[in-house]
Formats: sequence, C-alpha cells, structure tokens
Amino acid sequence: MTDLGAEQKGTGQAMAARLWNSRWLLAAGVVAVLIAYGFAGISAYVLVPALLLLLAAAILPAAGVRHSAESAGAIEAMGLQRLSGEYLAAAVADPLIIFDQAATIVHANAAAFAAFGGIAPGISLPLKFRAPEMQALLDSVLSGTVASDVVDYTEKLPVERAYRVSASSVGHGTDLYVLVFKDQSEARRIDRMRADFIANASHELRTPLASIAGFIETLRGPARNDPAAREQFLQIMQNQTGRMARLIDDLLSLSRLEMKPYLRPGTEVDLRQTVDSVIDSLGPLARENNVAIERDFAKGPLDVPGDRDELFQVFENLLENACKYGQSGGRVVVSIARGDDGSEPGIDVTIRDFGPGIPEEHIPRITERFYRVDVETSRTQKGTGLGLSIVKHILTRHNARLTIRSEVGKGAAFSVHLPAH
Amino acid sequence: MQSVHTMSAFDEELKYLSKRIAAMGGHAERMVEQAVAALVNADPGLAQKVIRDDLVLDEGQREIDDKAIIIIAKRQPMATDLREIVGAIRISADLERVGDLGKNVAKRVVAVIDGRQPTSLFRGLEALANLALTQLKEVLDVYASRSVDKIGFVRDRDDQIDAMYTSLFRELLTYMMEDPRNITPCTHLLFCAKNIERIGDHATNIAETIYYIVTGDQMPPDRPKSDKTDKIGLPAALPVK
Repeated sequence: MTDLGAEQKGTGQAMAARLWNSRWLLAAGVVAVLIAYGFAGISAYVLVPALLLLLAAAILPAAGVRHSAESAGAIEAMGLQRLSGEYLAAAVADPLIIFDQAATIVHANAAAFAAFGGIAPGISLPLKFRAPEMQALLDSVLSGTVASDVVDYTEKLPVERAYRVSASSVGHGTDLYVLVFKDQSEARRIDRMRADFIANASHELRTPLASIAGFIETLRGPARNDPAAREQFLQIMQNQTGRMARLIDDLLSLSRLEMKPYLRPGTEVDLRQTVDSVIDSLGPLARENNVAIERDFAKGPLDVPGDRDELFQVFENLLENACKYGQSGGRVVVSIARGDDGSEPGIDVTIRDFGPGIPEEHIPRITERFYRVDVETSRTQKGTGLGLSIVKHILTRHNARLTIRSEVGKGAAFSVHLPAH
Repeated sequence: MQSVHTMSAFDEELKYLSKRIAAMGGHAERMVEQAVAALVNADPGLAQKVIRDDLVLDEGQREIDDKAIIIIAKRQPMATDLREIVGAIRISADLERVGDLGKNVAKRVVAVIDGRQPTSLFRGLEALANLALTQLKEVLDVYASRSVDKIGFVRDRDDQIDAMYTSLFRELLTYMMEDPRNITPCTHLLFCAKNIERIGDHATNIAETIYYIVTGDQMPPDRPKSDKTDKIGLPAALPVK
C-alpha cells in the first residue's frame, strides 16, 4: 500500500514538474486563446476544450525526458571531473600502482602498501619489482609496443605470494600508466599444498604405519596365543595411530595457515587475555608434568594488531613445549613486557623453562619442519616435529620475531616480539 | 631523490645504470631461487636453465662496466654522482658473483640427486637459502628506496646465516660418519651450503656499497665473524648419545 502511495505521489510530482518546466509555453498558449476569445469572439464552448488541450500538451512527457537526460549527462561529466584518481585507487581492493613515463611511482593505494611495503611515490618501479618478467612487462608497456599486458608474478619471500599483474596506459596523452595486482596465491597454494602434504605426510606417516604393520604381523603369527603380548602390542599400536592422527592435524593446520593470504589489518588482540587463557587451557598438562606456571605481566593495556586464534596457537605451542621438554626444571615463567629498547616498539612475550636447554647447534634449525633435537624425547612426548614451524609461520605473517636463547643445563627462553603498529 | 642536472641526458644515464643493476639483481635472485629449487625437487632441467641464464648476468656486468666508464669519461662526475657510478660497478660485480654461486649450486644438482636422498638432507639447505635470499631481497629493496637507516638488519641476518651454516655443517658431517655412501652427496651439499653462505656475504657487501653511495661514509667496521665451522673437528661433531 505504502509503495503504491509513494508511486502515485512520485507520478504527481513528475506531472507538477512537467507543468512547471513548460510554464512559459503554457502561459503563452493561454494568453493566445484568451486573445482569440476576446477579439475573434469564439464561443466559450471552443475556449474550454482549447485550454484543456494546452494543458494536456504541457503534461506530455517528451520535453521533460529530454531535459532529464541532459541533466544526467551534466551530472556524470561533473562527477567524473570531480572524481580524483586517488579516491578511485583507494576504492580498489587489489594493490594498484600508478606510474609515469620514467617508471617512477606516482601513487600507490593502501592495498599496495600493505602488500609490498617500502613503496613511496618517487621510487623507481623497476628497482622495486626486479623479477625478469616484471621488467619485461614494464618495458613493453612503457615503450608503447602494446597498450596493455598481463604477466604472472610470484614473490617467494618472506611469504610466498602469486599475482597476475596487468599493466596498461591511462587515457590518452596523460603519460600515466597503471599496474594492478590480482592475488592468485590461494590457487597456487592449494596446488603446492597438495604436493607438500603428500611429500611430508608420506615420509612421516610411513614410520608409524610400518610399526603397526609389523605388530599386526606378529599378532597373527608368533604372538597369536599370548594374551600378555597381545595387550602390549595393541597398546603400542594405539599409540602409533594416535601419533598419526596428531601428525595429520598439525599438517592440516600448517597447510591452512599457508593458504590464508597475508594478514588482514585492523584487528587488535589483547595479549594479557590471550596468554591467560592459554595458561588456563594448559593447566592440566602442567599439573600432569609437575610444572608450576608463573606469570609476570607488565601493567597497562597489552594490545597488538593480529589474529587472536593464531596467536593463541603460538603461545599454546610454546608453553606446551616448555611444560614437556622443560619438565625437569619444575617451573615455567611466562612474562609479557613492553619492548621499547629495540629498533621498533612492540610487546615481548617470553616463555622460559628451566629444563635441560637446547644445544647451540640446534637453535638455528628447530623451526624447520620435522627437525627434532632429540628424536627419542620427541616421540615419548608425542611431538610431531611441526609445532615450532607453525609458530614460525604465524609469526612471519605477523611481522613478528622469534628469539631463542638457551644454555645447556639451564633451560631455554623463547621470546616473541610483536610489533605494536 | 637525485638532484637534477642541467643536462637531463646525464640523469637519464644514471637512471639507466640503476635500472640495469635492478634487472641484474632480479635475475640473480631468480637464479639462486631456481638453483635451490632444482636441487630440492631433483630437477636437472631447471638446473640446466640456471646454468644457461648465467650468461645474462655476465653480459649485464660488462654492459654496466662499459657504460660507467663512458659516463665518467664524458661527464667527469663528482661527489654523489661519482659514488653512484663507482657503486654501480661494485654492485654489478657482486651480483655477477651471486649468479656464479647460483650456477655452481645448479651444476652440483646432477651429482647430488644421483642416488635419491632423503628430503631431510635438503630441508636445512632450503632454510639457509631462504635466509640468504631474504637478505639479498632486503638489500636490493634498500637500493630502490635509499633508506639506509634500515640497513642494520643486514648484520643480524648475516649472524643468522652463519649460525645456520655452522649447524648444517655439523649435520652433514654426522650423516657422512653414519654411512660412507653419504659422503659423495653430502660433500656436494656442503659446497652448495658454502656457496649459499657466500651469497649472504655478497649481499652484505652490496649493503655496504649502498651505504657508501647514499651517505658518503663507509659503514662502521664489521664485528668479528661468527662462522664457527673452522672449529668443528671430528670428535666434536660425533652425535652425543
């Protein structure tokens, strides 16, 4: 009902507008008819229909339509002239860079800053994007051999990213060019993930699988009628399947991390609350291992930009390691401090244990996948060899640093430095 | 960024030099990346491509040398301009060496993948290569942005690379002691690791040259090297059981 009312009202307004638009024509007509009436002595029977005809002609929409089309054209021209390239670039979600004839950056939108960093207006584009295919793309567009071109561009470090980059000239005679990056990382990563997963999983799953196969063979053969051995073997097999399940969980979580594109800006994480809940969730494990967890948190707000779930996983993995491998120390200290002394302001979270420590030669390598300081201990503690790689991966995405300090016999300290902004 | 000369042709020439350096840098980065990928994925085809690509870098260095000499002769540059040109000569020489080291890694691919090695052997090498390549990338990014205040990271990275190399050295030595059949591939991998570690050193050299170009001062002297492989003997590397 209300819709209909509004529509009628709209029609009424349109009619009034048309009348108003043709008011001069209408007035002239009325005057002419009145003059004719006065001087030529036409009867009133002719006068009334003539006036009505005039009114109808004025209401006819033709003139009004022409007028509104003209005004729409004017609005468009005005709007486009007003539209600044900067606003348009900012509205584009993909990284976009505008550059001039000398391949110098004129403008880069926020997405480009977030993706590549270190690109300010005035920087020469071929110095920043040095890959041979990007050089060729810039050359071909700038030399004018083609108006626009597209290449696939991959950045391997620090996080692998793949883009489809298109370069084209803007307008006629502006001497400006535009570079747009379309993120293809996800598709690429899915491909790689499949290959990586098969390579890692087949290698790491083979060991427990071989052991299970061996025990099944024994159970069907020599140990067929030995209940004690059977029970023991079944226990081992259960442990092995548990290990395979954990391994698959960790591999999947690592793959999921690798699939996500770089971190979305804008979310804040309260480290105090996050670390507190990690400590709570690991309470049972700490009690089981007879480890006391001590807190030493700085006062005031401890917020950093980041993803809460991912950072939760970082501290969970680190604290779990500290409880498991630093068990002999009997206590673990978790401290949060503002690290303003270094090159960039941020917050340091340190998890320190007092166990056997890590020999120096292993420290640079313990974040590699499946790298184990001591294979036996790792097995008994149900480690998968992926915990610290997951930590490293998440921290790289947060632009954070992991520092490991350790002295054999005195324990190890894992420090995470998260940049404030 | 650069002061404008009355002769814009001179600016053009300087710009051309830095553009050629960047192109060489991109090429060197790509070569090292592909050489390590060829090693890890056992891909002799890719290794052959890397070996062929080295010609481009040699050519690039010759061209930059020629151009730089001509500019010096023609324009008689002073101060920043002279540093820029001499710097270009030095950086191009470093990049050419990086390419050679990448080529050397690629040449060993066939020997290493002869008997299929476990992937764990390559994982450390890959991590080392990632560190060296990150260092090279960051240094070349500074060449683009000229923000030398950020150049301190180079020293830290160099320490990390050295620590990683030392650790890798121990690991490979352990493998060789475990099984003499590992000696051939492990020796090749040891050379590959050394080559990659050298790439980090060249990146540091480039960083020092950039610092000199921009500030006119030499970078403060380097701290003592922390590569400890010279102290690793057989007994020290025996696995502690």
